[in-house]
Amino acid sequence: MTGQTAFAAALLDPQTSPPPGLTDPEGRPAGRRFDVYRNNVSASLSDALATGFPVIEKLVGRDFFRAMAGVFLRAHPPEDPRLQLWGGRFPGFLAGFEPVAQLPYLPDIARLELGLRQSYHAADVAPLPLEGRAPADVLELRPRLAPATLILASRFPVLSIWLRNTTEPHLVPPRRPETVLITRPGYDPVPHALPRGGHTFARHLKGRLTLAEAVTATQAIDPEADMPAILTLFLSSGALTLDASHTPEGA
Amino acid sequence: MLDLAPPYRLPAAAGVGYKARHFSGLMEDPGPVRWVEIHAENYMGAGGRPLAQLRAIAERMPVSVHGVGLSIGGERPLDRDHLSRLRHLLDWLNPASFSEHLAWSTHDTGFLNDLLPLPYTAATLARVSDHIGEVQDRLGRRMLLENPSTYLAFAESDMDEVTFLSEIARRTGCGLLLDVNNVFVSATNQNWNPRTYIDAFPLEAVGEIHLGGHDEDEDEHGAPLLIDSHGREVVDPVWTLYAHTIARGGPRPTLIEWDTDVPDWPTLRAEAARAAELLSPVEA
Repeated sequence: MTGQTAFAAALLDPQTSPPPGLTDPEGRPAGRRFDVYRNNVSASLSDALATGFPVIEKLVGRDFFRAMAGVFLRAHPPEDPRLQLWGGRFPGFLAGFEPVAQLPYLPDIARLELGLRQSYHAADVAPLPLEGRAPADVLELRPRLAPATLILASRFPVLSIWLRNTTEPHLVPPRRPETVLITRPGYDPVPHALPRGGHTFARHLKGRLTLAEAVTATQAIDPEADMPAILTLFLSSGALTLDASHTPEGA
Repeated sequence: MLDLAPPYRLPAAAGVGYKARHFSGLMEDPGPVRWVEIHAENYMGAGGRPLAQLRAIAERMPVSVHGVGLSIGGERPLDRDHLSRLRHLLDWLNPASFSEHLAWSTHDTGFLNDLLPLPYTAATLARVSDHIGEVQDRLGRRMLLENPSTYLAFAESDMDEVTFLSEIARRTGCGLLLDVNNVFVSATNQNWNPRTYIDAFPLEAVGEIHLGGHDEDEDEHGAPLLIDSHGREVVDPVWTLYAHTIARGGPRPTLIEWDTDVPDWPTLRAEAARAAELLSPVEA
């Protein structure tokens, strides 16, 4: 093993002794001095994970989260130094982590927190220019989903659980699935409950239909789609743009 | 073309490590703070508030970009994707300075998010010099290299840290970032004399100085073990060592680093004011 291979292996495995040749000023084995590096790695990565998943930390408790983070960071350490991207594997990890098996909604809460973070760092685009446009003209626009717009479908009341653990502590989550639309009207991502048919509507917009065409296509698939609520939400939340500069075909 | 101008485009005044929560304070009441430093890796997203704030700050004052993830001391080749991301950020921002650490942080296991130590040997010197040459070529600019805080020593080291850093600067043409708190932390932990370190340091190559707080612990033998935590005020012996440094080498851009238990803006600004006071009477 090279020096750094042995050093890195011992950093991540507290059961192993530090590699030979690491000393204190007297030439004695490094001991606690090596533990400083061990602690820096574990604590800084656990802090980074907690920063990215504050609701998961709240749901399982701080001490449990730290212990779980220790397992996760050893199984899936960051692949590069952009810690804001780290944690993409956390939902899958939670789904298979036996000690939280009784909380089956945790992976989707983690996906929601990942989505909010992704939205926060997404590219800036101009909002849909609605001012001075007649409603009939608006419906002829052919918008795209903004880069900061994301949709998360869940079997669980994922948004209500998230709200209860952030801004609405008295909210009682309903016993039904929720689909979440994340948008970023300014710089702060906002999660919204997506009305029935909203996901289908978004898929049609991705197919480059006009708003009017997307409404028709959505109603054809789901006659009970709540079109007034869907249109109000998509047009008022900053979800849409005409700016193609950050889409694959426009880049 | 590689810009070979001395990397001294920051003002020889006080700056602070930028935190988003200080945006309003910095913009509305900067006090003696004349420049800021950002961690490069936090500004590698596509957009949103981080880049918007950075754009607004850069219109008002010089910005220094400080990388924490290049792993210049790593045994592995440098991460070219990461270098490209850095180049993209630097070309967009055109900062007054770019700096990185004498340390490694990435190995086959992934990014370890700490500044890990190196043995001071001829082999390390050759590898780090090659890496710095590659960084400067790919970024198209000179960089500053920062002295580390260390907690242990390598039995195989056969030169001292100042000799090692001096030789790297000589070979690569890079400038140096002198972290005076790191000197104090390492000197305490390694049983060196911090003044002897400063007096031997090639201060003419120093383009920036860092100051920060540390925590006090001890090892299993009862020897002092200082931890570079950046979580509190700069201690008096470090201020004294800093005053000695600028008395000897002249004023330099001086940064207050406070990264954990981040205080309110007036507290951070007051630390910067202390550096500014010490800088003001020093003749260039």
